[in-house]
Amino acid sequence: MSVTTCAAPDQAAPIPASVDLEKETVISGTVLATNGDPVAGAYVRLLDRTGEFTAEVVTSPAGRFRFFAAPGQWTVRALSRFGNGGGEVSVARGVNEFQVSVS
Amino acid sequence: MSRDTALVSADWAEKNLEAPGVVFVEVDEDTSAYDGGHIPGAIKIDWKTDLQDQVRRDFVNKKQFEALLSERGISNDDTVILYGGNNNWFAAYAYWYFKLYGHGDVKLLDGGRKKWELDARPYSKDVPQRAATQYTAQEQDLSIRAFRDDVVAAIGVKNLVDVRSPDEFAGRLLAPAHLPQEQAQRAGHVPTAISVPWSKAANEDGTFKTDEDLRDIYSAAGLDTSKETIAYCRIGERSSHTWFVLHELLGEPSVKNYDGSWTEYGSLVGVPVALGDEPGTLEA
Repeated sequence: MSVTTCAAPDQAAPIPASVDLEKETVISGTVLATNGDPVAGAYVRLLDRTGEFTAEVVTSPAGRFRFFAAPGQWTVRALSRFGNGGGEVSVARGVNEFQVSVS
Repeated sequence: MSRDTALVSADWAEKNLEAPGVVFVEVDEDTSAYDGGHIPGAIKIDWKTDLQDQVRRDFVNKKQFEALLSERGISNDDTVILYGGNNNWFAAYAYWYFKLYGHGDVKLLDGGRKKWELDARPYSKDVPQRAATQYTAQEQDLSIRAFRDDVVAAIGVKNLVDVRSPDEFAGRLLAPAHLPQEQAQRAGHVPTAISVPWSKAANEDGTFKTDEDLRDIYSAAGLDTSKETIAYCRIGERSSHTWFVLHELLGEPSVKNYDGSWTEYGSLVGVPVALGDEPGTLEA
């Protein structure tokens, strides 16, 4: 991990051991095409409860994405060459797993 | 400067991939994206290893920039089209470098890699071989670069635009919380700075909003266009994006990017720092 970065880390990497899941609120999941296949290279955006942009990551080859957020209401929005998708989610501390279909 | 001279569309790019005198350059801090597939014919520049000095805390000097461009096969009279991931943050940073060192014709690809991907345009894994050149750079154009003393002197006098997220501005976060990264000693913002997150200037596909929308955003946030402006973020790349909007798209005459940004300012001894969501005052 670089010391001067603003970009998102590799989405396929395991959650670092230093991350305390008792404290962190993880919003993770898979972007799926209409045929059920995972979508690699999709852009997943996390918007706060007011709709303000918070973060964006690119899905791994297995279509995986992950954010570290806070408990509450968020919007997860996926953009891809196969279409867009997503919606509002309500999350709590720990790992919150979602599937996002794009069409 | 205007949208016509500073920006090209993905359509234009796809039609000009093999145009003579046009060099596509992908710029990122993590070039694994390039290695997995890039715009056909594009070469790569690594923001970290190519554009940052590896010893001093600064970016490459004139000689290093000349050596880099010569080795990559870029000529002084080439039209350079920059693009990258992260909504073109690092490409915008590179654009600012090219301007700083006086390159004649440089443009950003609107939307960068994201728009290219969403349009399902073609990629290539072929790495082009370009013959070396003898690139000559100009001395740094300091009319577009701010240093820490410029920022301190601008408090309450010039426009200071903090383009980080609202939580970073307020001092609730030093950086996006999931990233173990270099951080300033203190959280907060430069007193009197207005908060206009970089993302306000971009559509969700990574392209820039219209000039009219952009003017509305900055004027609503309190930018006084009769004054000079300094933009900053945490390490200077998000603020390059905003510098590009204000100076290159909207044509504001005096806009500087403070590349030291919050990692430097927030570590200075004896400078004023404001906390909370409001700009604050010099006395803060």
